[in-house]
Amino acid sequence: MSKLSNKFKDMTDTNLLLTITIVVFFLMYIGAIVFQGKGFLKPQTFFNILNANAALIILSCGMSTVMIAGGIDISVGGMTALVTMCCAVYLDPTRGGAVANMDPNSGSVAVSMLIAVLIGLAYGLVQGFLVAYLDIQPFIVSLAGMFFARGMTTIVNTNPFNVANEKFVALKETRIIVPGMGTVNKLGKYVDAYVEIGVVVALIVVIVMFCLLRWTKLGRSFYAVGGNKQSALMLGINVKHTKFMSHIICSLLAGIGGYVYFLHVGSGAVTHAQGAEMNAIASSIIGGTMLTGGVGNIIGTFFGVLSLSTIQNIVASAGLDQAWWTGITIAAMLCIFLVVQSVVMARKKSAVKK
Amino acid sequence: MSKKILIIVLTISLVMMMAGCSLIESGPVSSFDMESESETESEEDLIVVGFSQVGAESDWRKANTESMLSTFTKEKGYELIYEDAQQKQQNQITAIRTFIQREVDYIVLAPVTEDGWDTVLSEAKEAQIPVIIVDRMVNVEDPELFECWVGSDFELEGRKVCEWIRAYLEYKEIPAEEVNIVDIQGTLGASSQIGRTRGLKDAVRANGWNLLEEAAGEYTQAKGREVTSRLLRKYDNINVVYCENDNEAFGAIEAIEASGRRVGSNISRGQIMVVSFDGVSDQAIEYARKGKISCIGECNPLHGPRVEKIIRDLEEGRTPDKYEYVDENVFSGDISITSINLDETVYTVTILGK
Repeated sequence: MSKLSNKFKDMTDTNLLLTITIVVFFLMYIGAIVFQGKGFLKPQTFFNILNANAALIILSCGMSTVMIAGGIDISVGGMTALVTMCCAVYLDPTRGGAVANMDPNSGSVAVSMLIAVLIGLAYGLVQGFLVAYLDIQPFIVSLAGMFFARGMTTIVNTNPFNVANEKFVALKETRIIVPGMGTVNKLGKYVDAYVEIGVVVALIVVIVMFCLLRWTKLGRSFYAVGGNKQSALMLGINVKHTKFMSHIICSLLAGIGGYVYFLHVGSGAVTHAQGAEMNAIASSIIGGTMLTGGVGNIIGTFFGVLSLSTIQNIVASAGLDQAWWTGITIAAMLCIFLVVQSVVMARKKSAVKK
Repeated sequence: MSKKILIIVLTISLVMMMAGCSLIESGPVSSFDMESESETESEEDLIVVGFSQVGAESDWRKANTESMLSTFTKEKGYELIYEDAQQKQQNQITAIRTFIQREVDYIVLAPVTEDGWDTVLSEAKEAQIPVIIVDRMVNVEDPELFECWVGSDFELEGRKVCEWIRAYLEYKEIPAEEVNIVDIQGTLGASSQIGRTRGLKDAVRANGWNLLEEAAGEYTQAKGREVTSRLLRKYDNINVVYCENDNEAFGAIEAIEASGRRVGSNISRGQIMVVSFDGVSDQAIEYARKGKISCIGECNPLHGPRVEKIIRDLEEGRTPDKYEYVDENVFSGDISITSINLDETVYTVTILGK
């Protein structure tokens, strides 16, 4: 007992919440395999969850960073839509209605990536400046940012359309075969398991962000500022600069995430990524990031996204055919996680005192 | 002390798991219990159909879903997996991938937009699952990617309603220059929107009417009201409102009445004529009977039995027609026009009695 309890006491808040998230995710997935067998036994089902949520993973990493630093950014969904539309119009100006009769293959994919990153950077600079140096509430700033992004998307182009640029389509269709994970389908044919390029990008982002938050000075100062601004200031941390950087990182990741989303769907539309910011916040919270700041872990966020989409998958496979069932189960899940978080924290605090 | 905490954590996760499972098992629409009883003998015989529906945005859509749900029942030997995409193509693509992983026998797709289906449909083809498209059309390079299509000729619907307007105005001797139309469009990019808009545009060109503006109403009542009241403020000479579905028409009528104008066919006396499509809900028929909606182009939502017939054909090795159009009526509460003539075909107008 004492060994276990010591371990438990020694754990930081961040690691404790992370453990809960990972345990719950695995319980849920094993539960799905046991109760619903069929699809969940195939590795490709899991990879499909990754493929469909690569962009959300990247957005959530950014969201977690900004939440750890005590802020919030609800403009990421709007930015995703803006990025998809700008890149789509750039890659296929004729269908985008910008220029008549232009060769859809003239646009270069590299430039479209640059556009995505630049949009992210511009957003980060403006929002970060407003939040950090003018001391405006991050919620209000990013709310304005969200409306602006959706509005700009409509100005760029109203109609949703698919990009026909060959180089882009080739990149979009590229599949990375996961060796040894394929299955034999009912026709007796062996089908390879695959992931899209976006998944690789997402995994890189997760690893980079994990290292950044864990081992760099900037990463540690996010925790310090989010945990207690006053103490951070006394420790000699540049609070304003830290906050500014958290928004830059979040928006940059939203730009990259927007491009990954674009790679997944291959079209530009105003309605893209609607509610993505809320899913990102939910994933971060499920992953053990606290809205009050100072606590969180990128690995947890990663599992948060997976948990969120696994539960959606379970609800759909269970034959609960009404769309609101998904919403209700997510709400229940969030609720339970929040309660667990606060109970654990309260218990731990009193345990440490004793 | 801390052992207690560990126990609490584990209990909560367990409770959550159980809550999750019991939620799934006791869901009102799920027939989990029945299934597990009969699983042993009838599992093999059930034809599994995956149905990806656009959403539940209009009365037409709800009637369409209801038709599918009531056709593909366990008693008839089907298991229907229904997925509501909430207007997002992304969700539909994910749903189709889930169907492929679950190895369903047939996929029925009501696509939200026309473009962007090549990849996922070729995945279905690779898995040799026949795809039946209902309602709106898909725009794919290889028409072999889907088995067949069932739906309405939206352009013909639009042309019929326009022809009714033309015949009516001729009957009332109202000159074409005095006709000022606004078009409340449906979800941009949807086949129904494209076809109905094209039908109107052709008629405007042929008859010399004035088309003041096209505005997107997204097939919803709220948006229909919002857009119409904006247009009424902008133009004071509107006398025909062309709504691309009934729900938009309900919103438009609310907006017109709120502005102090009256709806009706008598446009020479300052009334505003509202025409619409679908004719599915009782309210729409009631409005047409009262003359609030002058003319409704019917759009038949009862696709369930037709899709079932196609599946029966495929099961028995017959090849169904690639494109199957549904016969549709024109409804009006006004007795002046009893039939319309398009391309030498005479369509009788169904007059709704008082």
